[in-house]
Order: sequence, then C-alpha cells, then structure tokens
Amino acid sequence: MDKLNKNDYKKYVDKKVPKPTYLRNMIMAFLVGGTFCTIGQIITNILKSNGLDKDMAAAGTSISMVFIGALLTGLGLYDKIGKVGGAGAAIPITGFANSIVAPAMEYKREGFIFGVAAKMFTVAGPVLVYGIGSSVIIGLITLLLR
Amino acid sequence: MALKKLGAQTTKLENPPSVVSYYSIVGPKEGEGPLKDYFDLILEDDLWGQDSWEKAESKIQEECIKLAIDKGGLSSEGIDYLIAGDLINQITPSSYSARQLAIPYYGVFGACSTMTQSLSIGAMLIDGGFADNIACAVSSHFSTAERQFRFPLEYGNQRKMSAQWTVTGAGATIISSFGNGPYIKHITTGKIIDPGITDAANMGSAMAPAAIDTLICHFQDTGLAPSYYDLILSGDLGYVGKDIVIDLMKKKGYDLSKNYTDCGVEIFDKSEQDTHAGGSGCACSATVYNSYVFKEMAKGKYTKVLLMSTGALHSTMSTQQGESIPGIAHAVAIENTKE
Repeated sequence: MDKLNKNDYKKYVDKKVPKPTYLRNMIMAFLVGGTFCTIGQIITNILKSNGLDKDMAAAGTSISMVFIGALLTGLGLYDKIGKVGGAGAAIPITGFANSIVAPAMEYKREGFIFGVAAKMFTVAGPVLVYGIGSSVIIGLITLLLR
Repeated sequence: MALKKLGAQTTKLENPPSVVSYYSIVGPKEGEGPLKDYFDLILEDDLWGQDSWEKAESKIQEECIKLAIDKGGLSSEGIDYLIAGDLINQITPSSYSARQLAIPYYGVFGACSTMTQSLSIGAMLIDGGFADNIACAVSSHFSTAERQFRFPLEYGNQRKMSAQWTVTGAGATIISSFGNGPYIKHITTGKIIDPGITDAANMGSAMAPAAIDTLICHFQDTGLAPSYYDLILSGDLGYVGKDIVIDLMKKKGYDLSKNYTDCGVEIFDKSEQDTHAGGSGCACSATVYNSYVFKEMAKGKYTKVLLMSTGALHSTMSTQQGESIPGIAHAVAIENTKE
C-alpha cells in the first residue's frame, strides 16, 4: 500500500466500522441471561421442595438446563436467542449445550465418527480443556496448601 | 510482444468478446431483496432437494450454467471451455458441477473475485483465438460458507456490525467471439494488496485497498476517467468497503460519488434483512451482473459498465495463524458498442 501505513489504515478503518449497539446488547443480555437463570432457580426450588438436598438439586438443575439448551438448539431456536441475547445466551449452561449440539447437528453429513463425534467439541473443546485443566491445577494447589 | 497490453495491468481486447447469454439463480433470502425482479430463478428452498449444502451449491451452479447455455440457444458441445469457481475447499462445488457438464474445465479460485477472474481469462482466450464460446460461472452458498469459515448454523452467536452475509446463488455468463454485445473491452488484472486487516468479520475493509488499486490502475492504463462509465460496480465490499473506496478515491482525485456502488450493498435491504454490512461471496457480484447489470444494459439504461469483483484470499487456517487478509480485485469493462 503506497503512502498508507498499515497502522494508519487500521485506525482509519476503526472509525468507518459501525459500532455495536452496546446499551441495547447489554440490556438484552441481562434479560435473556436473567430469564435462563430464573428458569434454573425455579427448577432448583421445585427439586428442593421435592426433597432433594442442595447438591442434588444443583446437579438436577444443570442436567435440566443442558436439556433445555439442547432442545432449543435442535428446534432451531437457540441461534435466534443467541443473536438477540449475546453473552446472556452464551454464558449460562444452556449456551454450553448449544455449543456442543450445534456442531454435532451441522456435521452429521460427514458421518457419525469423523462428523458428529469428532466435530462435536470444535466450539466447546477449548472451554472443556481450559476449564477442566484449571480446576485440576486449583485442586492440586488446594491440596498442597492444606 | 504483448501487443494487447495497455499500461501496467490492463489488457485491451482487440476482438472484444460478446456476452451472448447469462443466467442467475439465488436463494430465498436474496429473492426477497431489492433486486428480486431481476433474478432468473429464485429458489424456495436453499437445499434444493439435496441432502447437503455442498451438494445443493453444486446443483445450483450446474443448473445455472445449463440454463445460461439454453437461454443463449447453444448446446454444451458448443462450449469450448468452462471456467468456474467457488469458495469451498478445493472448489469442489464447481468441479462436481463440471463433472455433470462434460465441458473442458478450468477451475479457478479468486475467492469472491472469481466472477471477474473467470470473465477475464475467458475473454482473453476468446480474443486470442483459442475459443469461440466460453461459460464463466461461480457459486456461493450461505450455509457452506458459514460452516467452513465461521460457526455451525445453529450456534447462537452474534454477528459483528462489519460482518457480511454470504449470498446463496450462482451466476453464469456465456461469452462468445460472435454476438451483438455487450462487449468486453478492457480487463485490468489486480495485484494482491494486503492492508493488514486480520479480522475475517471485516472483509470490506480488507478488500477496499485492492479495489482502489485496481480502479486507479484501470484509469491510468486506459486514460479514462470514472465519469466515462455509466456504472462502476464493485463485488462485495459492503457498506464499510464502499464508504472507504469513495472516501480514499476522492483523496486521490477520483470522484466516484455519482456512478459507483457495490453489489453487496445493492443485493440486500439492510434495514429489513438484517445483513449488517451487506452481501458477500462469489455469487454476490455474479448474480448482480448476470441479472440487473446485463438486463439493464440490454434495455439501454447503462451502456458502459466497469465490473470489479473483489476477493479476500484468506483461509480459516491463515486467519487462525494470525495472518492478515490479502485482498484482490479484477476489473472487466463492458460496453454496448464494439468501438
């Protein structure tokens, strides 16, 4: 590029690119994320009132929310929720379910081994690796400090 | 001696090939856009009865080429070469389409610049006396491009404001040494210009400098001014890239404000169709040229048109390795009269 330095061009482009609607996105993320969390709380309360202890109720809630996320993905609704809700749809455990079910559906045509099974973790894989990895490290540190 | 070369990067065609037939097929979303009345065929279902998106894209391209040949009153035996391309790895949709057509085939890759790339090569083959009839075709498909370059379709993510929407469809142009026009008069082959953009969701900015370079080169080589053309059309720079081209060209002394637009801007209705920075993909420029542009040239609304498809020549691997996006733009000047 003649006479136009790459850094100058980047700065120039940043001014040209339309900005995301931050306020609207934040409000929608709060509402969508809040809705998922409220549903989770309702499930927890129902499980507790049916005699499950705190840990069991938490596990039951996670399982139920993963099911809801997977079902909404399968019905073709979660991408629409994610488009509106952004991080509010991605961060809750329903978003985690979406990130696994979406590639599993997408790569069905490449077969069950190299398609569904191999591609299932293309989005969620890094979360699992670093999530599980860091929890192991924290666990070891806790063990050593005792 | 390169007798037909004009200036640094332009070819002046001594025996200008004529566009004798053209056809465009688009998906349902494009068929709801502002140019819906110009497309030859609008699909109701973008799978078109196939069991994968890739097979659907292949079928769209194959049918588009066949229908263009039919519309021109030709047969596939009468076509000397097929020059086709698309966006998918190893351009399989084009090769599978060519498998059915039994026409000598050159598969070309220029990302979204492929339509003017294939027209350029085809026009030079005809002008050189190597062929009489050539089919130039490209295709792209939103769903094949999404899964290759971005995320699975059902994944709930938000698109950036600078992101563009890959056009589903195909465009085919039959050019010939015979015919009554419009004629391909000049070709300006672009250089790779890499302005250092690494964000694959900001391709308009990555390709705009290549478009500017090719435009300036075309005007310098031919001695023509932008006002010579009734319409200057870039491929898929979208709203962001179009804005940059107008702005930076003005700074270099070329006024494009009156007769320049971009196919990515024209193909979708930004406010109604939620396509953010506009359309993209090989078929973005190809479907607009092979519908709106050629039909309006036939009616006489435009007599001199400069078509310039723009391409971002990156891959998912190069993006992941932090490489910036190389841009390219090839210009093809088409006029209703031979002289």
